[in-house]
Amino acid sequence: MDFNFTEEQSMVRDTVASFLQDKYDFETRRKIVASESGWRADYWKAFAEELGILGASFSEELGGLGGGAIDNMIIMEEFGKALVIEPYLGTVVIGGGFMKHSGYAGAASVIEGIVAGATTIAFAYAEPQGRYTWQDLKTTAKKDGSGYVLNGHKAVVVGAPFASHLVVTARTGGAQRDTGGVSVFLVDKSLPGIVTRDYPTVDGGRASEVYFENVSIPADALIGEEGGGLPLVNKVLDEATAAVGAEAVGVLRKLHEGTLDYAKQRKQFGTAISNFQVLQHRMVDMFIELEQAVSMTYMATIKLSESDAERAKAVSAAKVRIGRACKFVGQNAIQIHGGMGMTDELAIGHYFKRASIIEGLFGSVDHHLKRYESLSFGPASGKAA
Amino acid sequence: MNLDFSPEDVAFRDEVRAFIAENYPAGLREKQEEGEEMAKEDFLSWHRVLAKKGWVAPAWPEKYGGPGWTSVQRYIWSEETARADCVPILPFGINMVGPVIYTFATPEQKERFLPPTLSGDIWWAQGYSEPGAGSDLASLKTKAERFTGDDGKEYYLVNGQKTWTTLAQHGDWIFCLVRTDPTAKIQEGISFLLIDMKSPGVTVRPIITLGGEHEVNEVWLENVKVPVENRIYDENKGWTCAKFLLAHERSGIAGVARSKRGIERIRQIAQTELGDDGQPLLSDPDFKRKVADLEIDLTALEYTELRTLAGEAAGKGPGPESSVLKIKGTEIQQRITELVLEAAGHYGAPYFRGFPKDGDNAHPIGPDFAHRAAPTYFNVRKTSIYGGSNEIQRNIIAKMVLGL
Repeated sequence: MDFNFTEEQSMVRDTVASFLQDKYDFETRRKIVASESGWRADYWKAFAEELGILGASFSEELGGLGGGAIDNMIIMEEFGKALVIEPYLGTVVIGGGFMKHSGYAGAASVIEGIVAGATTIAFAYAEPQGRYTWQDLKTTAKKDGSGYVLNGHKAVVVGAPFASHLVVTARTGGAQRDTGGVSVFLVDKSLPGIVTRDYPTVDGGRASEVYFENVSIPADALIGEEGGGLPLVNKVLDEATAAVGAEAVGVLRKLHEGTLDYAKQRKQFGTAISNFQVLQHRMVDMFIELEQAVSMTYMATIKLSESDAERAKAVSAAKVRIGRACKFVGQNAIQIHGGMGMTDELAIGHYFKRASIIEGLFGSVDHHLKRYESLSFGPASGKAA
Repeated sequence: MNLDFSPEDVAFRDEVRAFIAENYPAGLREKQEEGEEMAKEDFLSWHRVLAKKGWVAPAWPEKYGGPGWTSVQRYIWSEETARADCVPILPFGINMVGPVIYTFATPEQKERFLPPTLSGDIWWAQGYSEPGAGSDLASLKTKAERFTGDDGKEYYLVNGQKTWTTLAQHGDWIFCLVRTDPTAKIQEGISFLLIDMKSPGVTVRPIITLGGEHEVNEVWLENVKVPVENRIYDENKGWTCAKFLLAHERSGIAGVARSKRGIERIRQIAQTELGDDGQPLLSDPDFKRKVADLEIDLTALEYTELRTLAGEAAGKGPGPESSVLKIKGTEIQQRITELVLEAAGHYGAPYFRGFPKDGDNAHPIGPDFAHRAAPTYFNVRKTSIYGGSNEIQRNIIAKMVLGL
């Protein structure tokens, strides 16, 4: 048993942590959120060149530093602590994930672009009607000569305003909710016919509604097997869910730590409120939730390379606990801060907002509980066989 | 035991329903339904309609301008206004300072302040909380020192800071607890003062909350000169008024009728939003279970409130049991907002300040209800904090009810 990180991994953590400490304090982050572009392109460049972290999770053959999911976990946790906006999840974890697992012919050159900080990716997978059923797709990619023509509407594509490329799921066959007929494409965002409506999100990020209106894409935009993309989507989204769990751990650590600090210095009825047993127990329960979330994030991250069913079960189990931790720790952090927790001025509320969005990201607690149940007990059935 | 409405009550309900249908401004209903931020005029327009009808202050005695309703009629009234998504009547004048004035003030003060409170000509702000004194109200520091002015009249010189002052940006007057005897014990030496917010030295600064709203404020009082005649009740006896006001604040805090309407709205939403299986969310067993649980808890709260109401009608004032209503009522309000956010799925994330207006070219993002789902979820976290936090309410029950 070894839960320790390698020397390289510890170094990645320290490098990221010290950069964020110097350059991503809460006031800076507030300015980034309020700025017109909504992110710091120069920081992204620094992640690539100065810190070298954009390549940390790619194998050396693909031009990376030889790491993997654990490096993503480490980086995402640090990003969670600083509420980093920049699109590591979409670009490295998701975009990079598709490159790693698809056997895509152009993978090496795409990864080269990611590692260099030149390529940024957002994942256009959700649709207005589909909720958390990733194969519920109205977006279509019809064969046209040697390429395809894309039509459809993708909902809440996080990070799209910063992206040079989109990874898009679309139907090349089958009916709206079939598991077959799903294909994945890597699409240059500047292609004619791609219309985006950009907006801020409640947690300080940016997203877009993306409309494809007869967008012609070349044959080599196809990632993986035509019509057989769903297992690939599930695998990458499981990796993304584990990574966002790590981000949640960073967010939860700050929520808990901030609440302890506040409770120790805030006085009421002539004493620090941390002396009240009811609040002590509450903070203990928050601590328990946090520790469980940490354990589950480690567990899920380690199991990402197991069989599809094992991986999916591990990730769903983790997301259930993490989702609950986000709600419990987040809500109680605000409660214990009292009125101050309700203000935009304190960082604590912004951590709460991010935690609240993570709670529903890539599937709610209910969604993952059902997925776990069906993996663990077999699919639901109305009658005994 | 008989919980049916009498024929008179049914007739009253029909009258109320018809009045609201005819007189409630339609634009307000829409705004209220979407949880949109209300402008000053939005609050006042409905207030004025009701003031004209004599229905704005259901709990006030008739001699001061109340409608003389029974507690059942008042209950019907709150049900019907919530059902119709009416803008709530702001509590600061009608439910808080008004009863303090008609109970403790001099005849001159009643004459001066009650009519404009009813008509909406005075917008009241509540100056209770201070930066160091939230739920621990009695530790307030704002001081009022008595002096004789150049005109030979008696004044207080008020210095301090109030906070969480809801909608004080529109305020005409603020009622404040101030310390008039710093040497007395903590709950003694406090007085209840009415301060004209146009007085020199009063500054209102916005506090922006998590949902992006400007709903609360800091109010700074710097050498504000307040005539002694603006003090309600005896000097240094303000705590009596404060406690009285808090008891009134807590009655009606359960918000049963509004929560009923909230659950009805969730049912509507969940009939059109689709769950993971492509069927309406309301057929999803987990979601349905949560709505059912919530309805059951709300029923328990409703009957608890009815028992409290019946007790009041029998002459028992709202006791510490009202803390039960506060705790359960606010928890239910919070769970409603959680479910709305959950129903919004991906569309809980987009954030828009304000709303798409008619004539906007841009088509809206996601379903209409989702626009305010997250900001409302964030905002409603306040309900378990304000009005004496739910932890404080539990302390009250422990001490006053259970004798612990």
